[in-house]
Amino acid sequence: MMARNPAPTSERRAYVNARLFDPARQLDQTGGVLIEDGVVKWMGDAVTRTSLPEGTNITDVNGALLVPGLVDMRVFTGEPGSEHRETLQSASKAAAAGGVTSIVIQPNTQPVMDDASIIDFVRRRAQDTADVRIYPMAAITQDLDGEKMTEFGLLKEAGAVAVTDAVRSVRNSKVLSRAMKYAGNFNLLLVQHVEDTDLAGGVMHSGESATRLGLPGIPAAAELISLERDIRLVEMTGAPYHAAQISCAASLDVVRHAKDRGLPVSCGVSINHLTLNEHDIGAYRTFFKLSPPLRREEDRKALVAGVADGTIDVIVSSHDPQDADTKRVPFSEAAFGAIGLETLLSAGLSLVHSDQLSLERLIEAMTDAPARLLNIPGGRLEQGGNADLAIVDMTAPWVVDADLLKSASRNTTFETRALEGRVTETIVGGHSVYKLSDH
Amino acid sequence: MAKTSSAPRPFVKSSNLLSIADLSPTEIGALLDLADTYADDTRKGSKHGKVLKGLTQINLFFENSTRTQSSFELAGKRLGADVLNMAVSASSLAKGETVLDTAMTLNAMRPHLLIVRHQSSGAVELLAQKVSCAVINAGDGQHEHPTQALLDALTIRRHLKRLEGLTVAICGDVAHSRVARSNIALLSKMNVRLRLIAPPTLLPSGAENLGTEIFTDMREGLKGADVVMMLRLQLERMNGSFIPSAREYYRFFGLDQEKLAIANKGALVMHPGPMNRGVEIDSIVADGVQSVIREQVEMGVAARMAVLDALSRNLDTSSKAGS
Repeated sequence: MMARNPAPTSERRAYVNARLFDPARQLDQTGGVLIEDGVVKWMGDAVTRTSLPEGTNITDVNGALLVPGLVDMRVFTGEPGSEHRETLQSASKAAAAGGVTSIVIQPNTQPVMDDASIIDFVRRRAQDTADVRIYPMAAITQDLDGEKMTEFGLLKEAGAVAVTDAVRSVRNSKVLSRAMKYAGNFNLLLVQHVEDTDLAGGVMHSGESATRLGLPGIPAAAELISLERDIRLVEMTGAPYHAAQISCAASLDVVRHAKDRGLPVSCGVSINHLTLNEHDIGAYRTFFKLSPPLRREEDRKALVAGVADGTIDVIVSSHDPQDADTKRVPFSEAAFGAIGLETLLSAGLSLVHSDQLSLERLIEAMTDAPARLLNIPGGRLEQGGNADLAIVDMTAPWVVDADLLKSASRNTTFETRALEGRVTETIVGGHSVYKLSDH
Repeated sequence: MAKTSSAPRPFVKSSNLLSIADLSPTEIGALLDLADTYADDTRKGSKHGKVLKGLTQINLFFENSTRTQSSFELAGKRLGADVLNMAVSASSLAKGETVLDTAMTLNAMRPHLLIVRHQSSGAVELLAQKVSCAVINAGDGQHEHPTQALLDALTIRRHLKRLEGLTVAICGDVAHSRVARSNIALLSKMNVRLRLIAPPTLLPSGAENLGTEIFTDMREGLKGADVVMMLRLQLERMNGSFIPSAREYYRFFGLDQEKLAIANKGALVMHPGPMNRGVEIDSIVADGVQSVIREQVEMGVAARMAVLDALSRNLDTSSKAGS
């Protein structure tokens, strides 16, 4: 929808000898994919080097994993307003390098995406400059003030796929209940950052580590109170609701209970919270200052189990580029956030390799689940669908080097980490937008 | 010249003193021994003006503290260092200069010893990564104030002849106190039995995991204490945010004669200063026979002399101009 599209090509290209893997369709077989006019023309075990028509540009991937291109529904960019941190183009290159073919960008830009004209601007910029599909979320309230609703209908017409106040939680229950009702009427998902602002206040998980470091803490209750209140409002309004990221074990019980009652509630978790804990902060490493904060190891394990059992619907990178001005300062003054598009899948695969999570759940939570929640195309491997694909060498070892990442910012939580599994090629609308061998 | 410990080899491993957590019990013991000697020598009038001769010490205070800054200044001067005080005015920070900008600027002046106080936890550690001299933390946010813990331990040891096995009660605003954190770290390493006494709103989260006993009733907490260490309560926390009022705090957590009588006979009364008389401590107690508060100030200079001396031994000697 919104990727830079060179003239549609009638070139036929195919990837053969792949492990075709799509949890949404319970597909796991050796085979190939034929792409024509940007869509998947033919796929399956019958697609082999010999069965393809003459003149097809064929790539043999030697048994590599071929999955639907990832859909990342929580990505922050700096465009408009902070282009020195990230542009739509640099974010799209980072996404492509991580096998992410659709990114959903957050509205806390400067100016805030609270007006149809800004959504329109971002869409056009994406069309002109980006290599992957970019979908904007619009603000729930004007200038993210938490008080005055934005024009959900016009924003949706302009291309907004959901509404959220990004890193802010709508604090006023009356405003939120109205926004829920109103968004539900336009069939727009309302996405909330779950945090009780008054209780949160701090800069890392509240507990022994924070006390030893002399840093003000953010208690788990700050998330729970917000989440529980929001779910009461969902009960009242019946509108679909998504908690952008949860970070505590206890939040899983809250979400599970809401789902058991049949409420239209879903939630996400960031890859950071599935693979890191509060101790990674070490001696005031600001790249690990995240919102919500990294919590205890027990929480991390519970979150992984929550993805495994489906309580958590989606995994996001929560890619948030920050530069030295906002990160090379004392911890309590530093900005929250870490980049993550390029390491999303590899970090996720570390959970698979260590038998903490199945490949099916990992891929589903990064492809079909977010696409269905937002009602956007993609996230599946199917004939007639967009040819948005990622090819992954499941066992390729690599060491993350921030200087080699494509993002315009360097604030990765995975610097110098050894990861296993890497995207070797990313295809968007039939075009190869990233090849590891070229880099 | 009466350089008391002429051991040429360094006896603390680290080139900086950023937190008590980085020191081993042996290193703490050695620093206290050296400080003890400096304290005695100063009383006797012996001079140590050659220990840091030719070295430049910069006191960089992002947060005002006349007492700590003077103490470091005196310690450096007694050891013969050239001491420069840099008060970083609010205006230069308002102009957008960051901690790291300041650090780089100072580094270009090639000091040997840099004493830093900053209002943010971890800021001194951040700065230490960017400079090539020895850095001493003179208090960072709510994190640590290591020389305060050393001077407190020195004061206790000189009076009670030991640390191990003593019972020390730390009372007051533990949650926001770097003095408390450094003291907990140091005294735990020296096998002191620690108690924290505070209203629940002034206890830090996870306090139960710090290896101390916790009391919210001061009288209970003072039973059997050999040392009562009071903490300063910042005025802004008394206005109903953490405690309802100063008078209620004084009633339940202020150290007066009646509460002090519950502690062991002759228990030491300590306070890092500056005191809020009539809030956390009664004047009669503060000035009484059990109080060692003024002696803490004296030991502060000695402990800082020991730290400066110890760290200067780890400096690259080629940079020790004129020595």
